[in-house]
Amino acid sequence: MKLLDIKNLNLSFKMENGVFPALYDVSLSLNKGEIHALVGESGCGKTMTAMSIIKLLPKNAIITSGEIIYNDTDILKSSDKELRNIRGSKIALIPQDPMTSLNPLYTIGNQLLEIIEKDKSLTKEEMREKCIEVLELVKLPDPKNKLDIYPHELSGGMKQRVIIAMALASKAEIIIADEPTTALDVTIQAQIMKLLNEIKKEFNTSILLITHDLGLVGEYADEISVMYSGRIVENARKDEFFNNTLHPYSKALMGALPANTNDKILKTIDGQPPNLQEEIIGCRFSPRCEDCDITVCQELPCLKEKTPNHFVSCHKV
Amino acid sequence: MKLGKFILKRILQTIPLLVIVSIISFFIIRLSPVDPLAELRLNPSISQETLAKEKARLGLDKPIIVQYGLWAKSFVKGDLGITSNGEKVSVKLIERIPNTLILTLIVIFMTWSVGVPLGILGAIYNKTKLDRILTILSSVGMAIPSFFFAILLLIFAVKTGWFPVGGLTSYDFNDMNFLGKFFDIAHHLVLPVTVLFTLSLAGLQRQMRANMLDVLDSDYIKFARAKGLSENKIIFKHALRNAINPMITLLGFEFAGLLSGAALTEYVFQYPGLGRLILEAVMKSDINLVMASLMIGSIMLVLGNLLADILLLITDPRVRG
Repeated sequence: MKLLDIKNLNLSFKMENGVFPALYDVSLSLNKGEIHALVGESGCGKTMTAMSIIKLLPKNAIITSGEIIYNDTDILKSSDKELRNIRGSKIALIPQDPMTSLNPLYTIGNQLLEIIEKDKSLTKEEMREKCIEVLELVKLPDPKNKLDIYPHELSGGMKQRVIIAMALASKAEIIIADEPTTALDVTIQAQIMKLLNEIKKEFNTSILLITHDLGLVGEYADEISVMYSGRIVENARKDEFFNNTLHPYSKALMGALPANTNDKILKTIDGQPPNLQEEIIGCRFSPRCEDCDITVCQELPCLKEKTPNHFVSCHKV
Repeated sequence: MKLGKFILKRILQTIPLLVIVSIISFFIIRLSPVDPLAELRLNPSISQETLAKEKARLGLDKPIIVQYGLWAKSFVKGDLGITSNGEKVSVKLIERIPNTLILTLIVIFMTWSVGVPLGILGAIYNKTKLDRILTILSSVGMAIPSFFFAILLLIFAVKTGWFPVGGLTSYDFNDMNFLGKFFDIAHHLVLPVTVLFTLSLAGLQRQMRANMLDVLDSDYIKFARAKGLSENKIIFKHALRNAINPMITLLGFEFAGLLSGAALTEYVFQYPGLGRLILEAVMKSDINLVMASLMIGSIMLVLGNLLADILLLITDPRVRG
């Protein structure tokens, strides 16, 4: 069941020297109780796609066309007030860097309450209990005493747990996890991902997992979309994706995984992802693509269903 | 309890600082080829007896290290010597300090209550017309030299007769009732306050705008938006407190800076403040007065910083840590 459906989203950035498209016909859907992983290099538009969902974009970003359907309404057409009711209540965000995402001047309890007090029916005592309850859910040790301490007294992993607790406190249906483990060390990474997976199972929450870690994707995702330079280049269910990777970019990403290299030298993808303002004729990946064929790749490929439920945008597949 | 301990610690820490400041000031002044008693000798109303007493107090015939010791000893006792007019320095200072404090406190209060909101507005409406107008106004405010602006205002006062031209009180001040005295002082304060206000408003407003812009761009504000909080809550609860914290440190400096920074303005308006006293003392090479004023200035700076630190301790949990 589709809970959230992004349809043909186009987004551009207005800059001093012109308007440049950053997202190009991005379509993505999120099923109830599933983890959809959005994978790609830095700057490919993963975060922009995610932020469009809660309409928190930089001032110079313009959505030129597209729809984001949630609960039968288009989020992009919602008023500020409607958006505020969605943000943090229905769709929660887990930001990239937990270290800087909590306000240093307010206690954990205070910042948690901001979400819980949206439910006006609760008494003060119930709110406090609710805080403790969600902190217990994210397995923060000694939650009662954590309410009155400040963010700087917590470690990075604990802060990320507090942020996840906020998502739980709002009973969000959708969690956007924007590289939730990038700023954490590896052991904490595993714990946080395990926690997110448990939440998914227990509360039937849908999670949009933005990451560039294919290892995480293989372990936790249900569906995968690969993004390159503002476009979705491949979309498939997890098993199909890993067993039958089709797009040359996805293949190159898989090839760059340390586990998949037999030589002692780590394989990389030559070149840099294109700059927003760079003009490339035809397929945006063609300058870095090993399979590129100048005769056919001069035209922009579009996403086509190659095998059932497996979409790829490449002329060569 | 913790706060008391902190304050005590900070006060104890300032003692060596003040000693070092006094040593440096003392030696620099004594290195200048000025006879500390020259002005006194030239003053016919000073008796030989007073002169001899002052000579003995300063120990001018002894080595300079001993002189410093003697000076420090009498400073601690509260004896600051006499000015070139034969008045006691301490009496003179006590007379001037309240005047400067009134001026400084009014200016600080006004710049903060105007500059901070303007800075916030500038940041919220960043790059809009309102922000541009505020930026231009603050550039103008920063660019005007204080003495020039003061002179302009003086001409204005003379031409219109709306404001007194100088001083702090009118000649018939002593005959007024309490309310009359209050309005007389307020009337005299308008022009000097305007000059100092214009001067420090611009900087404060810019600083606040920059802080606020920084904070509004921070991750925790983005996250607060993602939590679906109202814009009011985001700006007044989350952004404002974070943006104001660095300003508190500034307050400490401003407090001390205005004391001496007001000297030129006080001079132009013939305002009986500490700044003008210091300026005149330096010009007359009135050594006792200069030395005492320098010490008062340092103590004010130290106090201002202490005050700022205590305020920060209250507002920022990370400092308490």
